[in-house]
Amino acid sequence: MNSLFRIWAILSKEMIQMRRDRMTFAMMVGVPIMQLILFGFAINNDPKGLPTAVFIEAPDQHSRTIVEGFKLSEYFDVVTAVSNYQQADDLFLKGEITFLLVIPADFTKKLVRQEMPQLLISADASDPAASSNAIAKASVIVSKALNHDFVGSLNFLKSTKPNVDVIIHPKYNPQGITQYNIVPGLLGVILTMTSVMITSMAMTREREKGNLENILAMPVKPFEVMVGKIAPYVLIGLIQTAIILSAASFLFEVPFLGSFMILNSAILIFLLANLCLGFTFSTIATTQMQAMQMTFFFFLPSLLLSGFMFPFRGMPQWAQLIGEMLPLTHFLRIVRGVMLKAADFSHLANEFYALIGFIVLIGIVAIARYRTTLD
Amino acid sequence: MNDFAVDVKSLVKEFGKTRVVDDVALQIPKGQVWGFLGPNGSGKTTTIRMLCGLLTPTQGSGTCLGLDIITEAEKIKLQTGYMTQKFSFWEDLSIRENLDFVSRMYNLPNRKAKVDDVIARLDLTQRQHQLAGDLSGGWKQRLALAAVTMHNPKLLLLDEPTAGVDPKARREFWDQIHELTNQGITILVSTHYMDEAERCDQIAYLAHGKLITQGTVRDVIAASNLTTYVSINKGVRQFASALKAEDDIENVSYFGAALHISSTNTVAIENVIKRAPFDSLDWQKITPSLEDVFISLMTSVGNDKRDYQ
Repeated sequence: MNSLFRIWAILSKEMIQMRRDRMTFAMMVGVPIMQLILFGFAINNDPKGLPTAVFIEAPDQHSRTIVEGFKLSEYFDVVTAVSNYQQADDLFLKGEITFLLVIPADFTKKLVRQEMPQLLISADASDPAASSNAIAKASVIVSKALNHDFVGSLNFLKSTKPNVDVIIHPKYNPQGITQYNIVPGLLGVILTMTSVMITSMAMTREREKGNLENILAMPVKPFEVMVGKIAPYVLIGLIQTAIILSAASFLFEVPFLGSFMILNSAILIFLLANLCLGFTFSTIATTQMQAMQMTFFFFLPSLLLSGFMFPFRGMPQWAQLIGEMLPLTHFLRIVRGVMLKAADFSHLANEFYALIGFIVLIGIVAIARYRTTLD
Repeated sequence: MNDFAVDVKSLVKEFGKTRVVDDVALQIPKGQVWGFLGPNGSGKTTTIRMLCGLLTPTQGSGTCLGLDIITEAEKIKLQTGYMTQKFSFWEDLSIRENLDFVSRMYNLPNRKAKVDDVIARLDLTQRQHQLAGDLSGGWKQRLALAAVTMHNPKLLLLDEPTAGVDPKARREFWDQIHELTNQGITILVSTHYMDEAERCDQIAYLAHGKLITQGTVRDVIAASNLTTYVSINKGVRQFASALKAEDDIENVSYFGAALHISSTNTVAIENVIKRAPFDSLDWQKITPSLEDVFISLMTSVGNDKRDYQ
């Protein structure tokens, strides 16, 4: 009987403490809601509406019909028309398109002659999961669309057998090896997790252990504290990078086609972005526990909405918008672009600007949040 | 420049609606040790933090070492040592690493020699690589004092430095304090110990955020206008509650086996001790102790009427 009283005593104390710790409480409610929304609405293993460019060498009725068919399909979203392969390659390297549909000049001639004309679909296969379903549907979309044209004098072409040869050209990762996509991405994920987490403890630990008052009583400026706290973890981040890149090369044999310099600068900038964010968390959180929770709250969407686990282009617009605000999204484009596609700086400039913009913004917040007094 | 190391007036600090420090003025001449007294929560720590730039005053102004406490806090920090109430050095750093860190923060020349010297003076050479967290309370306090004086500050602010420290360590600590003032350093030290208050050049007494009295110990006692009688008769303690019930006696307190009674009204207190049953005791008039004065001050100030929100 006494045992029950003591259990009740502990239980009610726990309840009081839980109620006091708003942050933990908010996390316990917030995380499930966030997971429900992200997994329920944002994530799609059957990505649709993937950006597609079309290259029509000789526009005519049938090519228009095919493009129309693609536009009407759920899988392809025709965003632009290009007039040569160079243009298309640039768009691929910038990651703006997933597919290129090429309709050759002699398409209609061969179609009428029943010579099985070729239709080329180039696919960015660096993420095999993103493109495979759409590719599988391509032939059906083409024949369905063309059947509408086969009326009157062309009625004889109507057939249940395919009359077009759809050729798929998977670029960048022709064998569709998942590791090629995952391992470079993992670099970004690991750097995000460790660097945000470690720096988010930076000021909170001082505060929790009572050292903050001592630091504040010394003549040191916020900027100096921030740089001094962040710098060691840049080094640790670089060690992690070396480990992951070596594993990528020797263990998983992921190709490295692009420039090492570009990747290295991206890693440095990306590290800084995450460390600044962690430092900002640590000026907001009052306990290390809260800092951990904030890190987790940031890490979850980073993992799910950045394009690491699920195809970025397959997510609804609002989810892509959130994704664009996360440093990992931009870093993934850079690291995959450099390693798998040999993209150069001109293709990745926007991603670099986004990362730098993030650092500036978060840096300002961090310095503004840092208090030189105990007020 | 003036001759005051600390010269502040009308200092006010509010946290939300709570006025923690209310219109405090202090003028501490250079080279003196001042004791900062008052009950827990009276605003001592907050006042000290305002002096060294850790808190911005809600109202009021003043200077520390001739530097404005609001606009020149950074410069004040360079010349001030602040020892926090709770040990605030790094428990997961060794003694030597802590001192190294401090001397780097102040960019002290000849760092190694300086740290060696401090460790030798502390008599910690054998233990310099021990973690600061493993030190006992007395040693932590010595380490902290050594660390906050490394950069030769002109002003030392010590917040209850001897709380929880054994009498021998306290005595040694105070020897050091006086040695430091001999070098011209000004010290403001908050304490709850009366014997420590008596070692100070002057004391300032704070209650409920207000400065109640200040001056030398003798001045403070004289200014209290207190008349105190002591009785050491056997069984005197039995009279305590009856004495407390007397309106004319402001406070009754035990001092070992003796009983002190005090009042600001000399005639009234003398009437009480001439009356039965108190006349059965032997009463002797004494100079009130600092403790008598403080207890009387606390009683006369009454309850804390500040708004806590």
